[in-house]
Amino acid sequence: MLKSPDIETNISLQKRIIWIDLLVIFLFFILILRIWYLQITKGQEYRIRSEHNRIRLREIPAYRGKIMDRNGIVLVDNKPSYNLYLIPEEIEKPDALIKRLSHIIALNIEQAKKSLLHMKRTCAFKPVCVKRELSFDEVAKIEANKLLLPGVVIRVEGKRNYIYGKLASHILGYISWNRRGTVGIEYKWDKFLSGTHGGMQIEVDATGRMVRLISKRAPVAGDNVYLTIDKRLQQKAEHLLQDKTGAIVAVNPKDGEVLAMVSSPSFDPNRFVEGIDQKTWEKIVNSKNHPLQNRAINGLYPPGSTFKVVVALAGLQEGLINPDTVFTCTGKFPYGNRIFKCWKKNGHGNVNLHKAIKESCDIYFYNVGKMLGAEKIAHYAKMFGLGQKTGIDIGNERKGLVPTPEWKFKRFGIPWQGGETLSFAIGQSFLLVTPLQMAVLYSAFFNGGILYKPTITKLIKRSDGSIVYEFKPRVKSKLHINKKHIDEIKKALIAVVNEAHGTGQKARIKGITVAGKTGTVQLVEEKEEEETKIKEHAWFVGIAPAQDPKICVAAIIEHGGHGGSAAAPVVRELIKEYFKEYVGQKINSKF
Amino acid sequence: MLDRRLIQNFDWLLFFTIILLTCISITNMYSATHALEKVGIKIFKRHMCWYGIGFLFFLLTLLFDYRHLNKWAYHIYFFSIFLLILVLVWGKISSGSQRWFKIGFISFQPSELAKISVAILISHIFSEMPLKKGYTLRELWKIFLFTGIPFVLILKEPDLGTALIILILSGTVTLLAGVKKSSLLILIITGLVLTPIVWTHLKDYQKKRVLTFINPNLDPLGSGYHITQSKIAIGSGMIFGKGFLKGSQSRLRFLPEQHTDFIFSVFAEERGFVGSLALIFLYCCLILRGLNIAKNSRDKFGSYLAVSISVLMFWQIFINMGMVSGILPVVGTPLLFMSYGGSSLVFTMISVGILMNIRMRRYMFNGV
Repeated sequence: MLKSPDIETNISLQKRIIWIDLLVIFLFFILILRIWYLQITKGQEYRIRSEHNRIRLREIPAYRGKIMDRNGIVLVDNKPSYNLYLIPEEIEKPDALIKRLSHIIALNIEQAKKSLLHMKRTCAFKPVCVKRELSFDEVAKIEANKLLLPGVVIRVEGKRNYIYGKLASHILGYISWNRRGTVGIEYKWDKFLSGTHGGMQIEVDATGRMVRLISKRAPVAGDNVYLTIDKRLQQKAEHLLQDKTGAIVAVNPKDGEVLAMVSSPSFDPNRFVEGIDQKTWEKIVNSKNHPLQNRAINGLYPPGSTFKVVVALAGLQEGLINPDTVFTCTGKFPYGNRIFKCWKKNGHGNVNLHKAIKESCDIYFYNVGKMLGAEKIAHYAKMFGLGQKTGIDIGNERKGLVPTPEWKFKRFGIPWQGGETLSFAIGQSFLLVTPLQMAVLYSAFFNGGILYKPTITKLIKRSDGSIVYEFKPRVKSKLHINKKHIDEIKKALIAVVNEAHGTGQKARIKGITVAGKTGTVQLVEEKEEEETKIKEHAWFVGIAPAQDPKICVAAIIEHGGHGGSAAAPVVRELIKEYFKEYVGQKINSKF
Repeated sequence: MLDRRLIQNFDWLLFFTIILLTCISITNMYSATHALEKVGIKIFKRHMCWYGIGFLFFLLTLLFDYRHLNKWAYHIYFFSIFLLILVLVWGKISSGSQRWFKIGFISFQPSELAKISVAILISHIFSEMPLKKGYTLRELWKIFLFTGIPFVLILKEPDLGTALIILILSGTVTLLAGVKKSSLLILIITGLVLTPIVWTHLKDYQKKRVLTFINPNLDPLGSGYHITQSKIAIGSGMIFGKGFLKGSQSRLRFLPEQHTDFIFSVFAEERGFVGSLALIFLYCCLILRGLNIAKNSRDKFGSYLAVSISVLMFWQIFINMGMVSGILPVVGTPLLFMSYGGSSLVFTMISVGILMNIRMRRYMFNGV
C-alpha cells in the first residue's frame, strides 16, 4: 500500500486522538467513582431509604382569589374544610380499615373502597379523598383513634364559598370538583383567580403523617376580581324577579358597565363545589325553566314594541317620515288577504310620531315598516347591534337573530311574505334579541349614539394590591344618526312614562325623569294544529334620569302579561333602589 | 457491492459490544416498564420494534462508501436545518416543547438528525483545511456558524440538552483539530466578559431557570425531587443490586421518566455496582473502539468523522449518567441504547453503522 501525502499529514492528527482517549477514560473513571460513592460508600444508607421511601411530594393548593362587587363587598371567598384522605400504600387491609372507619363516622363504604382500590393499583402514594367537610365532632373522633387508623389523614383545604348563595349565580358561575372554574366569571378569569399551586417535598412516617419538611415552594394566591355589579342593586333585582321567570339587566349607559344582571330562576353555586351527583345534575339540567341558563345574555326573545324606536329612527333617518307625519289608526290594517290589528281595538285615531311611540300604536309602525321594507329595517337593527354578540366579558352569549328575506329563503326555502315586514316593524316575526342587547340599544339613544361593549369586570388586583387589569369603556361602534331625530324619539320615550295615555306610566318616579318603552310579545303555541293563546312576555326598557342618564334597565318577564303592567313596575323599583343609594351617598358625603 | 475484503474487515468487537448493549437494554426496558402495566407493555414492544428498525438502518449504513457523506455533507446539514425550522413551525407540542413531527404512528425528532449532520459537516470542513499546529479564529468561522445555527434552533424548541451536546461536540473536535493559543485565550476571555453582561440582562424568571439548572435543589418539586429519588435508586442497588424486577424505586414509581432519561437509575438499582461497572465498561469499549477506528482510518475525513461520532456518543452517555447520578445539572437527554425513544435509537444505530463503515473500508484506498 502506498502512503499518500494525505495519509502522511493524517498521522499527526491521529496521534492527537490519544488525548481524547485519555479524556474519555478519565471521565468514565469519575463516573465510576461517583457510582462507587453512591452504591458502596453510601449504599447501605440508600438501601434503607429506598425500603422505607418516605419522601413524598405534597401539593399546597393556592388560595383562590375572591370575587367582589364594585364597592368591594365580598361575594365569593373560601372557607376551610376538613377533608378525609386515605393513603393506599399504607393501608394493609383496606376492607377492615374502611369498616373500622365507618363505625366512627358516616361513610359511603362502597365508594370509598372503589376509589381506594383504584388508586392502589395506579398510584399508591397519592391520597384518596373519601369524605369532605368533616364536622368538628368527626375530626375529634378520628384524631382520638389515630393509632387504630394507619394511612388515614385529615387535611384542611379551602372550599369555595358563595356567600350569598343564589345571588348573581349566573354571573359568578361556579367551580367544579377539580377546582377549575366551569362557567361565568369563575371560568372567564380562572387563570387569574386560581393562582399558582405550591408544594412540599416531605418525609412522612409509617402512617403517612409528615415528620420532616425537606423543602417547600410556597403557593401564590390567586388574584381578586372586582365586578361592576352593585350588590345591593343585584339583590333588589333578584328580589323583584322572585317566583317569576325572566331577566333584568341594568347598565350604565355612559360606559357600558353592567350594574346588575339577573336571570330567574337561578341556582345555588355552592351545590356544585364538591361535585354534584348525577341525579341532581340531571334534575337541574332537565328542569323545564332552565335555571342554569343566563337569560340576560343567553335568552332569546322577540323584542315586541321595544323595537319600535329602531323603526321610528329608520323612518326619520331615511326621510320617509318626519315628526309630523300622521297616519290614521282605526285599529285595523288590511294587508293582502289578512287584517293586521292594533293592540287597541278601537284605534288611536290620528297618530304622529310622538303619539305613536307614547301609546305604542301598531298601525303607525305598520305604515312606516311598509315604506321601509324588511331589508332597511334589518339594516338599522344590525346597526344597533342586534343579531350580533354585544361582546360582554362573560361567556355563553347568544347573538340573536335579525331576519332578512334572503335569510328566510336560505333557512326555510320559502320567500319572504309582505305581511312579515309588518310583524317585523313591531318587533315580532323572526326577530330575536337578548335583554342585554336591548339595554345597550337604549343606552345608545341616550348617550349620543355610542354602542358600548358591556363590561362586568371592573378590576383584577393581585393579593398584594397591585392592579393586573383595569376596565376601560370599550366602544363597539358610533352611530351616525342625526341628533334631531334622536331628540325627537327621546322626547317620546319620556312621554311614554310621564304623559297621559303613555303605556309605561307605571314606571313613573317622583323627582326623577324616567324614559322608557313597553313591549308585549304575543305568543302563539301550536298544539295539535290548534292555535292556543298563551300569556304574553312583558318587556320594559327604562332609562333615568332622561336628561343625564345614569342607569338603563331592560326587563323581561316571561308570560308576565302586558309590558306596561308587569315589567314597568319592576324597572321602576330597581331605578328607585339605584337612586336611593345615590341620594344616600350624597347625604353621607355632606356630613 | 460488498466485496470479500469488506466482510473480512467487519469489526466483530464493535458488533458484539452493541449486541451486548442491546440485550441489556431490552431486559432493562422490560423491568422499567413492568410497573406501568398496559402502557408499559406497549412501550416495551415498541422499544423492541425500534431496535429491529435500528439494526436495519445499521446494515443499510454499511452498504455505501462513507466517503459519499463527505460529498453530501452540506446537503444533509441543510436538510436537517430545514427540518429544525419546520418543527418549530409545524411540530407537535408536547409537555411545553416543540421537538417532534408526528407522521402516522411515528414521532420523529429532527434534533437527532441535526446532531449527526453537524458531526458530518464539521468533519468535512476540517478535512478540507490543511493540517496545522493551530487554527486562528478567522479560519474557524465556518465551524462557529454551522454550530451556531442548529444550536439556536434547538435551544428555541426548547431542548437545552441536545443544544448543549452539539456545542460540546464542536468544541471538542475543534480543540482536537487545534486552535492557536492566542485565539483560544481570546475565546475564553470573551466568554468570561460576556457571561456577567448577559446575566444582568436576563429577566428574573430566566435567571431562576438557570439557577435551578445549576442547582436542582432550588426546584424541590421538579428536578430536585427527581435527583433525590434517582440517587436513592442508584445507591440502594449496592454491590449486586436488588435483582431483576425487584427495584422498589421503579416498581413504586418514585422515579420520574424511568423508561427515558432516568433509565440508568432503574438499571443501577437492580444490577448494583457490578452491573453499572459492566455497562460503563461496554460504553467505554464502544467509544475507545470508535477512536481506534479514527486512528486507523486512511483519510482525513474518515478520521474526523469517526472522532466526531465517538465524541458525540461519549458526551451523550456521560451527560446522562452524570445527570442521574447527581454530578451534572438536569438537562434531559436520553441514555444511548438504553432509553426509550425511536429517533434516538435509530440515529445511534446509524452512528455505529458509520463507524463500522469507516472501519470496513480502511483498506479500500488505492493510494489516491
